[in-house]
Amino acid sequence: MAATTYIGRSTSRVDGRAKVTGEAKYAAEFNTPGLTYGYVISSDIAKGKITKIDASDALSLPGVLQVFTHENAPRPAYFDRKFKDDDSPVGDKFKPLYSAEIQFSMQPIGLVVADSFEVARYAASLVKVEYKAETPETNLRQKPKGHKAPTGKTGFTPPKSRGNAAKAYKNAEVQFEAEYFHMPEHHNPMEMFASTVIVEEDGKLKIYDKTQGVANSQKYITKIFGLSKEEARVINPFMGGGFGSGLRPQYQLYLAVMAARELNRSVRVVLTRQQMFSFGHRPATLQTVSLGATKDGMLQAIKHEALGETSRFEEYTEVVVNWAGMLYHCDNVELGYYLRNLDTYTPLDMRAPGSVTGIAAFETAIDELSYKVGIDPLELRLKNYAEKNEFEGKPFSSKELRACYAQGAAKFGWAKRPAQPRSMREGTKLIGWGVATGMWDAQQQKSAAKANLSVDGKLVVGSSTSDIGTGTYTAMTMIAAETLGLPLDAVTFKLGDTTLPVAPLEGGSWTVASVGSAVKEACEAVAKKVFSMAKDVKDSPLSGASFDEVEFVDGKVQLKGDYSSGVSIVEAMRAGEVNFIEEETTTMPNMLKQMQYARNTHSAVFVEVEVDEDLGQICVRRVVSAIAGGRVISPKTARSQILGGVVWGISMALEEESVLDHHFGRFMNHNLAEYHVAVNADIHNIDVIFVEEHDDIVNPLGAKGLGEIGIVGVAAAIGNAIYHATGKRVRELPITLDKLL
Amino acid sequence: MSTKVTQEPVGDVAVALPPLEQITLTINGVTKRLQVAPWTSLLDLLREYLDLTGTKKGCDHGQCGACTVLVDGTRINSCLTLAVMKDGSEITTVEGLSKGDELHPVQEAFIEHDAFQCGYCTPGQICSAVGLINEGKAKTADDIRELMSGNICRCGAYVGIVAAVEEALHKCQPNQ
Repeated sequence: MAATTYIGRSTSRVDGRAKVTGEAKYAAEFNTPGLTYGYVISSDIAKGKITKIDASDALSLPGVLQVFTHENAPRPAYFDRKFKDDDSPVGDKFKPLYSAEIQFSMQPIGLVVADSFEVARYAASLVKVEYKAETPETNLRQKPKGHKAPTGKTGFTPPKSRGNAAKAYKNAEVQFEAEYFHMPEHHNPMEMFASTVIVEEDGKLKIYDKTQGVANSQKYITKIFGLSKEEARVINPFMGGGFGSGLRPQYQLYLAVMAARELNRSVRVVLTRQQMFSFGHRPATLQTVSLGATKDGMLQAIKHEALGETSRFEEYTEVVVNWAGMLYHCDNVELGYYLRNLDTYTPLDMRAPGSVTGIAAFETAIDELSYKVGIDPLELRLKNYAEKNEFEGKPFSSKELRACYAQGAAKFGWAKRPAQPRSMREGTKLIGWGVATGMWDAQQQKSAAKANLSVDGKLVVGSSTSDIGTGTYTAMTMIAAETLGLPLDAVTFKLGDTTLPVAPLEGGSWTVASVGSAVKEACEAVAKKVFSMAKDVKDSPLSGASFDEVEFVDGKVQLKGDYSSGVSIVEAMRAGEVNFIEEETTTMPNMLKQMQYARNTHSAVFVEVEVDEDLGQICVRRVVSAIAGGRVISPKTARSQILGGVVWGISMALEEESVLDHHFGRFMNHNLAEYHVAVNADIHNIDVIFVEEHDDIVNPLGAKGLGEIGIVGVAAAIGNAIYHATGKRVRELPITLDKLL
Repeated sequence: MSTKVTQEPVGDVAVALPPLEQITLTINGVTKRLQVAPWTSLLDLLREYLDLTGTKKGCDHGQCGACTVLVDGTRINSCLTLAVMKDGSEITTVEGLSKGDELHPVQEAFIEHDAFQCGYCTPGQICSAVGLINEGKAKTADDIRELMSGNICRCGAYVGIVAAVEEALHKCQPNQ
């Protein structure tokens, strides 16, 4: 294997050194002389009106430059469409400081700008606000009725039913029906949302923004403030976690830009951890699953209905129930998805939105059915294996889920599982084993990239994508280096800057597929030019060869497999008398080919839990996650993605819930002490298996994306293991110990 | 229902700023005389006044550990510490752990074991791990899990963090 073969080889993060030394800078860390600090004032009520706001004490404090409220803040754009972004649901847009009306708890109602952070924070506490409060409605379960979700948001496919599920359910030998519920959750990336807006000498804005897509933030700001792209450059080289929260520009960006323009000063606005609970969240969802089957476990009918929450002003939708029509073979499927408007901010895509919650309920129901029919839960899944995607009526581009089940079960030791609940015990600890299936999309989006190879053999590749911790820097560097046969340290990948070619939002697990394909194509375009120069080198061994007959390895272009035939890249470029070769490409998915197939990732998750019989304490001792995600580009960062997904699954199953006080319409546990996420002591052995999966359809790289599949199925597998340990079925997430006592 | 709600400042309003105080801190081996306001946290001093942004703010309430630094070798949450409280102390931040180009063994191990993703909690994790090694209490992987639980990693890199700290624990002598 050539030294410059990187894809599939374990490589440490290329940005690792920057991250362990503190050199990696995040949005709130770009300092500039004369920087001012904005501090957001949040509403105390969830619904009503501001009747009076008095900032006089705050304004009299030395160092305070301005207090912006709805009474004095500018309203740069009127139409909602100006406030739309690439991840907007349909509906009216929230416009900060536009009116006295309060639509959700902790709504931003003011921005204090001062010459230090401490003064801004103190001044914010001096602003007196009076409200006329109305009773908010925030309880999804109080009136569990909703309306049909509208179409219109990109990516939302309304559920399609097939056959006659009602009749098939009625006639089924075995029937099972249950209701499932989970609480809202907040993304809580470690880095709080922040924007540093630097006003440059020529008046142009350089904006460091925490976002999963600089192009999205730029589009949002330029539309609202009527600026050109040159006047508002958005930069974000590192992002301290996203998980979906950065798919939409958050209000600190608007407020920082507004204040910078009004004051003609550089401004930084950082939200507090408490304010991190004041925008999107994973919506609470109430689900009903009905399953009809034969006595020997063949599915005859599936009904899956979900009620999700949204705000009063936008219709947030996610794909919750469709998975029930794809996971297993079944001729009769009835799906329904409904929304209820509540007095909260609009929910927001959160890691594997819809799938992780829909599949949590559905895969619990499948487990419940397995006990009803007396068949091993893994065997039941294999019996009803879907050979094609029956929801779309298409074959899968690839689906190695059987291998996931087999390899995962073997690694876990599933064959030794006793069928009866409460049959394994160690002292006072009850032990249980559970399994679940996961599924997510394998998508590719249009993306652009630029590659510049200089005559000294250094390659710079760029695209405006993000690295939210997923390993984009590393994977792109590997793809670029391998395509041009260069050592890794000769390649620099740049991202997170609107001066670079446009990439899609980093989300949906599509970055490697989309940006990676663009990087490969841009590097191939450079390679073709190098090849034509290499052919023209005096006595070139490649003179009669075509591009398909050569390869780029170890700094040279050579006939495939023939190490004696090479011409070095540097030599070729010197002969071609160029200092550099630059190519920019825009790569589109091959829709004609892709549309003929269903493109998905799959997983099988096996879990061992231990439950203290007396105290109800739950510990996830072992997890085996077997993933069918196409070709693995960067094994080291890919494994980390799945590990992180499993940790999220454990956190979701056992800990995470944003608790609403419905009287005040407020998230009560809005901090990291009371909103529990998994900590180190909660995490034990996790094994990740990537099964071989070859796929020529999904994209030129054959990679399917791994950011989301790791979390899907984990919560159900844990709940199923808890049932196996204790004989208690908990249908509400999180499964806290009080629910087991 | 319609209620009148008033959001009032707590206590007496003293619309004035506190006077600055002079302190001396040795930060990453460099002794500095500083004029700071008594309400400035050690974390904000580092990030906003000294441009040492390696130390991170994740909650500002001592709940996440992202702001962990070493004060005279002991790990503390710098967000819960006013800078004036540490007059005369020696502070080590993530920027001060490597010796020139040579990384600290904990830093090396974090890269090797991919003990992070987004990198935002990483400086705190690393300083916390160095503090943990200095304490000399951790012997097993379970000890590390327990004693590193004050540092949240939302990306969920705990498997790598435990492996990295375990490796570094064996390489480092206490008080290195």
